[in-house]
Amino acid sequence: MDRVTRRRFLTLSGVTAAGALAVGATRVSWQDLMGAAAERPLAPDRGVLVVVTLYGGNDGLNTVVPAADRAYQDARPDLAYRPEDVLDLGDGLGLNPGMAGLKSLWDEGGLAVVRGVGYPSPDRSHFRSMAIWQTASPRTSVPSGWLGRWLDATADGDPLRALSVEPLLPPMLAGESTAAASLPLSGLHLPSGRLRDAFAELGGEAAGEGTWQARAARSITDLYRASAELRDAARESGEDDPDARRDKGSSAGGNTGLATQLDVVARLIEAGAPPRVYSVSLGGFDTHADERVTQQRLLTELDGALTPFTRRVGQRAVVLVYSEFGRRVRANSGDGTDHGTAGPVFLLGRGVNGGFHGAQPSLTDLDDGDLKATTDFRDVYATLLDRVLGTDPGRVLPDHAGRLDAAFRV
Amino acid sequence: MAQLTEHAAVRRLYDRLGFGPREGDLDRGFDAVLDALPAPTAEDPPPPPVGAPRPTGDKREANRQRAADERALVVWWLDRMVTADAAATERITWFWHGHFATSEQKVRSPALMLAQNRLFRRLGLGPFGPLAQAVVVDPAMLLWLDGDDNRAGSPNENLAREFLELFALGIGHYDEHDVREAARALTGWKVVRGAGRAEPVAKRHDGGAKTILGDSRPHTAASLVDLVLSRPESADFVVGRLWFRMVSAAPPAPDAVERVVAAFRVDTRSALRAIAAEPAFLDPANALVKQPVEWLVGLMRALGVRPAEFDEQVAGRLGRGLRALGQVPFRPPSVGGWPSGGAWLTTAAWPARLDLARLVADRADLAGLGRADPVEGVRRRLGVDAWSERTRSALARVADDPAELTTAAACAPEYVVSG
Repeated sequence: MDRVTRRRFLTLSGVTAAGALAVGATRVSWQDLMGAAAERPLAPDRGVLVVVTLYGGNDGLNTVVPAADRAYQDARPDLAYRPEDVLDLGDGLGLNPGMAGLKSLWDEGGLAVVRGVGYPSPDRSHFRSMAIWQTASPRTSVPSGWLGRWLDATADGDPLRALSVEPLLPPMLAGESTAAASLPLSGLHLPSGRLRDAFAELGGEAAGEGTWQARAARSITDLYRASAELRDAARESGEDDPDARRDKGSSAGGNTGLATQLDVVARLIEAGAPPRVYSVSLGGFDTHADERVTQQRLLTELDGALTPFTRRVGQRAVVLVYSEFGRRVRANSGDGTDHGTAGPVFLLGRGVNGGFHGAQPSLTDLDDGDLKATTDFRDVYATLLDRVLGTDPGRVLPDHAGRLDAAFRV
Repeated sequence: MAQLTEHAAVRRLYDRLGFGPREGDLDRGFDAVLDALPAPTAEDPPPPPVGAPRPTGDKREANRQRAADERALVVWWLDRMVTADAAATERITWFWHGHFATSEQKVRSPALMLAQNRLFRRLGLGPFGPLAQAVVVDPAMLLWLDGDDNRAGSPNENLAREFLELFALGIGHYDEHDVREAARALTGWKVVRGAGRAEPVAKRHDGGAKTILGDSRPHTAASLVDLVLSRPESADFVVGRLWFRMVSAAPPAPDAVERVVAAFRVDTRSALRAIAAEPAFLDPANALVKQPVEWLVGLMRALGVRPAEFDEQVAGRLGRGLRALGQVPFRPPSVGGWPSGGAWLTTAAWPARLDLARLVADRADLAGLGRADPVEGVRRRLGVDAWSERTRSALARVADDPAELTTAAACAPEYVVSG
């Protein structure tokens, strides 16, 4: 296994300089990054948070399945799993059959399932609801993500404290003054000879240049600084065949290749790289039609990526898995489900108190056909900020007092 | 407010309302170009290279054929963008493709994707009403957003929600009740894949009264579109999206909105002309990062390189390059369309951009760059307003190798960004 050394990681982080500028942050130079990370290395006892975003609205009722509930079977007869199909968790609930690895973690007490997580007056737009989860602000639009505000409050302008292993920076990692770094998974090959030198020079500054032109130039410079090391750290993910599979739930966006993303994160955590927060994602959960096959395949991918990851670095890191909303209780005519409200959140890894948390939403006492949330997602965030990142939640979630302390062992 | 020079303004017109200037285009005046650019297309597109959907006997063979058809479709459209005289027609087709973003990933029919593309081309510069009416029952759109599964008694809300949120009205101007009722109005449409069309099926349609935006009637798809488009917020919203892609990420000033909306109520062609007449259109600060397709097509236009002439291997390299840049026509990442601005300026994008630039440069006739000052020659050829000292010095390193010079110039910040 090719381990990522600290020096290599610092080289990688050259890609970050443009990231902070996305939110108009203080410009961070390469030297600043090198210095800051070297002065404040991540001590082995500091907690690490890995956020897994499931894009598209994962159907919670077919993830943590109330298979024995008559109302569940009646509401979606062709879509429902039978009690004997699911992986029994007790309480009349079972995991989707694609999640055998997470079931084994559950049996060992390492998986916490927070039930019925949502927020008041749920919004059923993908883009708006995802913004609400990522900014932790259900009532008003705010320009910063919740972990971006954590960066603002604690990182002292250092974007290395959080890293997105996705092509684009998710809003959750953009603060008002600091944004996380981002690390592309594909390999970087530069031209050779004189063209290499000419292109490198295009990354220099030009007097009086416009903002976007200057930003383009800086990303060229970042590329040169990062390329040699990046090739080793971010393994070539291979060329993905766009027709390799059919995603019925793909119209709401998101990534594939979760295992590759988590592999890079695991290597960075093992190397003691500076980030305390990592963001990865999996897309395709917008299952308005033919849901069972699509969702079970995606949950199998999640399971296959998350289980080995948790076994590998779960002593060091805590994993949060969420989606922007659950789906309608009743199936639609296409053997799928429309946008709904509350859904389950998973927590795994260091200090997590396995088992159920929060009440299972009723399938008969519905709000216009949708589940009523029993736990506010900000309760989960507040507890993660405190227990994993060691930050007073009030600095990030100023208007929210709720907690979910039981999700962690004392 | 500072203003672009007329030369730079003409270049911006070509960048924003077309796909960039061809050789000689920048010698013309602003008004003459503006008159010519958003002209309706007189020519009918040449016959598309994709076949009608075939009966699927052998699944693997069908998959292989579909992939080949999709590749051909991408090359065909890129070639149209590169060769179009009335470039605004292709540009607005491209805009609507991003606005009503539909992906072959789920539609799985290049023929239906082509039909939607021709719909955008046919109606794209006209009034918004007929376009929206056609899109909401377009077969590819129905498959993409599950309109095909939307039936009386068990509505599927996907299309109704995105129609209100992303296509026609914008978030904040409707509520959840409106989404559910709009979904009922859209029930009953069935895609006949073999025939490549959609048709209403009376017994699948919910004929009852629906209350949408306070208006209670037995709404249908057609009356829903009429109702939504009659809202003043609708035109404001769509004009805002045009502005976002053609002028600036900063929203237009209220008086500009008023002027452009008035023109948009006539048709989209008038809206484009109104946008180009706005003072903000000439503000040097309103730079836009070119989307990868815009950048690549602009480069091929400037250098006279046609994708239709590429052999299969080169076309494959072209497709891989666009995929690495994150923008393949007919495959937007989500119904929200493609990102913008800094999202395209990632470190990871540069190797792909360099490779595509080299691919084009190697196939261009570069004899005209001149021996005396090739750095200046490539600037003129690409239609760049001016090189910075930085870029001039960088390009000087490869000035004696036309292909390398052109490759580097195409990746200069002054060319990657539309100033």
